[in-house]
Amino acid sequence: MSNSVLPTTLHNVKPEKPWINRRQSLQEVARPVAIATAVATAIVLLTGLAGPLGFYVAFVLSFIVVSFVDGMRHDKVKAIDKVMTTLVTAGFASAFIPWASILLTVFKRGASAIYFGFFTNDMSITAADDELGMGGLSHALVGSLLILLMASLVAIPFGIITAVYITEIKGRFSGVVRVVVQSMSGVPSVVAGLFIYAIVVSRFSFSGLAGALALAILMLPTVARTSEEVLKLVPEDLRSSAYALGASQTATTFRIVLPTARSGLITASMLGLARVAGETAPLILTAYYTAIYSLKVTGQPLASLPMYIFQNFSTGTDTALTRAWGGAAVLLSFIFILFIFARIAGRGSRK
Amino acid sequence: MSTVTVEKPTDDGPVRRVITTQRNASDKRFRRVVTAGALSTFLVLALIASFLFYRGFEIFKEFGFGFLTTSTWDSGSGDSLEGASYGVAAMLVGSIIVATMAMIMALPFVIGTSLFLEYYIGKKLRTALVAILDLMAAIPSIIYGLWGYLVLMPNAAGWAESINKYFGWIPIFKVDVENFDASPFISALVLGLMIIPIASSVTREVYSRAPQDQISAAYALGGSRWGALKAVVLPFGKSGLIGGMLLGLGRALGETVAVLLTLNLVFEVKFQVLASAGGNVASLIASRFGEAGPFEVKALMAAGLVLFLLTLVVNFGASIIVSRTSKVSQ
Repeated sequence: MSNSVLPTTLHNVKPEKPWINRRQSLQEVARPVAIATAVATAIVLLTGLAGPLGFYVAFVLSFIVVSFVDGMRHDKVKAIDKVMTTLVTAGFASAFIPWASILLTVFKRGASAIYFGFFTNDMSITAADDELGMGGLSHALVGSLLILLMASLVAIPFGIITAVYITEIKGRFSGVVRVVVQSMSGVPSVVAGLFIYAIVVSRFSFSGLAGALALAILMLPTVARTSEEVLKLVPEDLRSSAYALGASQTATTFRIVLPTARSGLITASMLGLARVAGETAPLILTAYYTAIYSLKVTGQPLASLPMYIFQNFSTGTDTALTRAWGGAAVLLSFIFILFIFARIAGRGSRK
Repeated sequence: MSTVTVEKPTDDGPVRRVITTQRNASDKRFRRVVTAGALSTFLVLALIASFLFYRGFEIFKEFGFGFLTTSTWDSGSGDSLEGASYGVAAMLVGSIIVATMAMIMALPFVIGTSLFLEYYIGKKLRTALVAILDLMAAIPSIIYGLWGYLVLMPNAAGWAESINKYFGWIPIFKVDVENFDASPFISALVLGLMIIPIASSVTREVYSRAPQDQISAAYALGGSRWGALKAVVLPFGKSGLIGGMLLGLGRALGETVAVLLTLNLVFEVKFQVLASAGGNVASLIASRFGEAGPFEVKALMAAGLVLFLLTLVVNFGASIIVSRTSKVSQ
């Protein structure tokens, strides 16, 4: 009724929503990019900044100026906001340049070392300087797998037990244990190696088992902390229901809580493995290195992928370095595969 | 209106359960086993400290406080402490210089990354980018070292030369010999890159808990996005940022291989960060270990203990700061 009093045009007024970020038009985005590119090209051509990296630096610098000028057409607040947006984005993007460079070099240079025999031969009859068509890292691959397997056998049960203590038992020492685990995650890897050297290697000898123990120390905090997070996600209702049905705490933990969190616990284990798979420093002091394929984990040194890379790097000749890059490519792929598995397993737990 | 009749359990039916707050025997055993397992982590940490101290004791007894204040590293004849002289001053100072530089260089990128992921992009893109960042944190340090030595160093030595050319009048940028390879500067670049994902995952977490009502209020008052971030998020997340950076510092102090590959170890306290000479406790242990005699190994154990205590203090500080923020915000 009262509507009829209003002028008809008001019916068509749409409420504005100034708080919602307006989608920028293509022109609005393209213009500053084009100007900054032009300026950056000029800088690279005229001054000492050169190469792709020089262009990037020039581009970021000129984009800061361009976004300031662009914002000033509105007002100062807008200008500062635009400059900060540029800076924040650049802060994020700049970190990715070196990472892209790492991935590119590892896989590009590593590719020239990789051939079928790379995975089936060891270095027992091949010198580091021999042609790339000879020798391989089967010994290091198998050694790494053995060491990681043994480390998991120690670290995963203890990590999960620690998490169960904090979330299920909720004992007197929960706080202390959490702090201890936190501090343990900060133990320098070389110190873990020294410790195992002091109690194991100095009495017996370098061995794969000693290497595994050192890695277990480094792996445990990751497994424990991730497992704790996962177990916290198990709904309290499930525990209460189990208790109401008369289940003991033992049965509740083993039959209800742990199975519910299973995929999350797998993620925790994978992350722990990925964390230690590339550790080199503790292995220098514990498992050391051998060029010979071996499955023996006690009484003699055992090769591993990080040590293979380290040895070839120390040799330092061109072929040896290429072998090192090849080893790096294999190691990195291995870690990425572990990560992807962890992600897939983790996705299962959220459903 | 019908009444429910409950049949009395007959003698051969199930026995009525006794309801009690007492734990049964198997529960008690289970709790004891789990408690023992959890406390063994504590035992391991204590064992690490005591074994390193026990093995390094002779060194501490012989050199006392001088172990921390002198810089010579000389095994003498090698089969006794006679004529030998061990001191980690140069290595300790070097470790702190490299780690601090790494932290300073990483700081703007940590802030940028955290803000960008949390407040500048949508949820889908964030999930993907965070996954990539986690993946970057998992790149082994030996690969960072390899890349740092073979790819970064040829470039970074040139940058160092330019810094020296234009800012050489600042004492720390001076060099005595024109060699810019394997300097603390280059190691710090590599370490800085390594700690960005670690520090920014903590910082991002804290930034994301900034009170949404205050952010909305800032927008409602006509503030820009940066205005809201500056007024609300940055002050709120300050201690989270400090905690995250300290965590990165702890990691940088204990990092071994990446530094071993990119730093030229020299047993002399130096503050010229662009020169090809520096110190690092962790790298000292890894590099001297191979050819060390029984007494030098003890000295390395003592150095390991110093490193262990240093990182323990830093990490402890970091976790206290981070946990305090998470309590405030909950």
